[in-house]
Amino acid sequence: MMPLESLYGEVIKDHAASQHHGGLREPFDAEAHHVNPVCGDQVTLRVALKDAGDELIVADVSYEALGCQISKAATSVMTDLVIGKNVGDAMALHDEFLALMHSRGQAQPDEGLLEDAVAFAGVSKYPARIKCALLGWMAWKDATARALEEGYPQ
Amino acid sequence: MTAGPLDVAAIRGDFPVLVRTVRNGRPLVYLDSGATSHKPRQVLDAEREFYERHNSAAHRGTHLLGEEATDAYEGARAKVAAFIGAGTDEVVFTKNTTEAINLVAYAMSNARCGRFAVGPGDEILITEMEHHANLVPWQQLCERTGATLRWLAVAPDGRLDLDDLEPMITGRTRIVAVTHQSNVTGTIPPVTEIARAAHARGALVLADAAQSVPHQPVDVTELGVDFLAFSGHKMLGPYGIGVLFGRGELLEAMPPFLTGGSMIEVVRMEGSTFLPPPQRFEPGVPAVAQAAGLAAAVDYLTGLGMASVAAHEESLTAHALDALGEINGVRILGPATTKDRGGAVSVEVEDVHPHDVGQVLDELGIAVRTGHHCAWPLHRALGVQASTRASFYVYNTHAEVDALAEGIRYAQRFFGTA
Repeated sequence: MMPLESLYGEVIKDHAASQHHGGLREPFDAEAHHVNPVCGDQVTLRVALKDAGDELIVADVSYEALGCQISKAATSVMTDLVIGKNVGDAMALHDEFLALMHSRGQAQPDEGLLEDAVAFAGVSKYPARIKCALLGWMAWKDATARALEEGYPQ
Repeated sequence: MTAGPLDVAAIRGDFPVLVRTVRNGRPLVYLDSGATSHKPRQVLDAEREFYERHNSAAHRGTHLLGEEATDAYEGARAKVAAFIGAGTDEVVFTKNTTEAINLVAYAMSNARCGRFAVGPGDEILITEMEHHANLVPWQQLCERTGATLRWLAVAPDGRLDLDDLEPMITGRTRIVAVTHQSNVTGTIPPVTEIARAAHARGALVLADAAQSVPHQPVDVTELGVDFLAFSGHKMLGPYGIGVLFGRGELLEAMPPFLTGGSMIEVVRMEGSTFLPPPQRFEPGVPAVAQAAGLAAAVDYLTGLGMASVAAHEESLTAHALDALGEINGVRILGPATTKDRGGAVSVEVEDVHPHDVGQVLDELGIAVRTGHHCAWPLHRALGVQASTRASFYVYNTHAEVDALAEGIRYAQRFFGTA
């Protein structure tokens, strides 16, 4: 396989062409705006949490993003992964994805855990692109932290 | 100076990095000299020679090596001064262009700058096409002093809207800071004309020459500027050394920016006095090896002849404007011809993000710059978020321009937009 195809696999091309959960929606508990200062890519992302009795669930993640294929696809795949999960499990996924990105192509990603996000394993071989893959995740983590700081659940 | 065409094959032989291969075993096609140029063996040898034979701190010590280091450093200053038509004492070595501009912006916010000091109600005039290095320091100067930042707009063709020039320079304008060649569009603004208008209203003029001194003959007197800033590493020289040219009487009036050893006259616990320029602006042990490298770069460029360098780049730029301009879905940012335009060619590839274009080109061994190239307001003015930039230098060939055009077509096919 050509390296280019291993970087831009079908999962990435599909998500970039048609992002899941796109658009900014109400209601939401917190919003974050993140920028990649190198290229000016940006994402505005909202998080809505839901109190399900003994756990806190990611009820919705909505966003508007300007970005490259990697950045658009990574944000889209992330929403598939975290929506419906409890916040702790979603944060664990964030940590897992972050570790994969910083693995320099050496990690064996856990497909059971990361699902479509394993498609980004190739990105970790290109240090200049890691920020692209992480832009949406960083905005999600930030927005979630803000929602929690603001005392959710009320 | 020679005036004929460059012998590019011979030139390429002087650049060790050009023989290496990059991704997928492909030869390197380096089209990112606007970010930094490669260094010929002559420059690398000059640095090594300094370290191996003369290494010592300039302007101190009574030993032979110290004398040789001082000679190397001051010899480099004289060489750089001659290269741009300046007096030797009008050349201040800085870290880079950015530091040189910050030096001027700092001095003007210091009341000790006397009649050149900027205060509330004063105005600084820049342009929308500036690199952040010639923009943010002036914003900061205005924030510190209460002065107002104004700017000339960029027209859709990437040139300055000069209808605004006269009205924008008011009796309160203290300095006009303008690029001498855009790092994004290659646009060469009429600095001489701008300087004349500024001087007529009593304003000073600074030209950001980071993209011009490496690529065309530059003479500070012809240009009519008060300050000129450029970097060594973009003109075949080492990192960590740049130049501020300042007219003698101005440097004389300016307070020091960074202070410490080497720049003082007398130090007492109660206060200190400072050396005359240029030493006043060069605290700490000087970057002598880098100065020696820069001197070798100046020799190298002088040997090629700057008129020949400019002609070579103009020919590559014309080729690139043609080859990229005929690709469907590719929009060239900035002037469509080589008139008053240097060798930076930035494009927008419809429906393919610059990062993705750059990634595909990288797989083909072609190194370009992607993003906003530290000129975010300019990209906004041209209606794009970011762009893909190719920039040329003495070692680039027409075959490399063709490879770029073919690479962009390949990227379009890969992402299904063509």
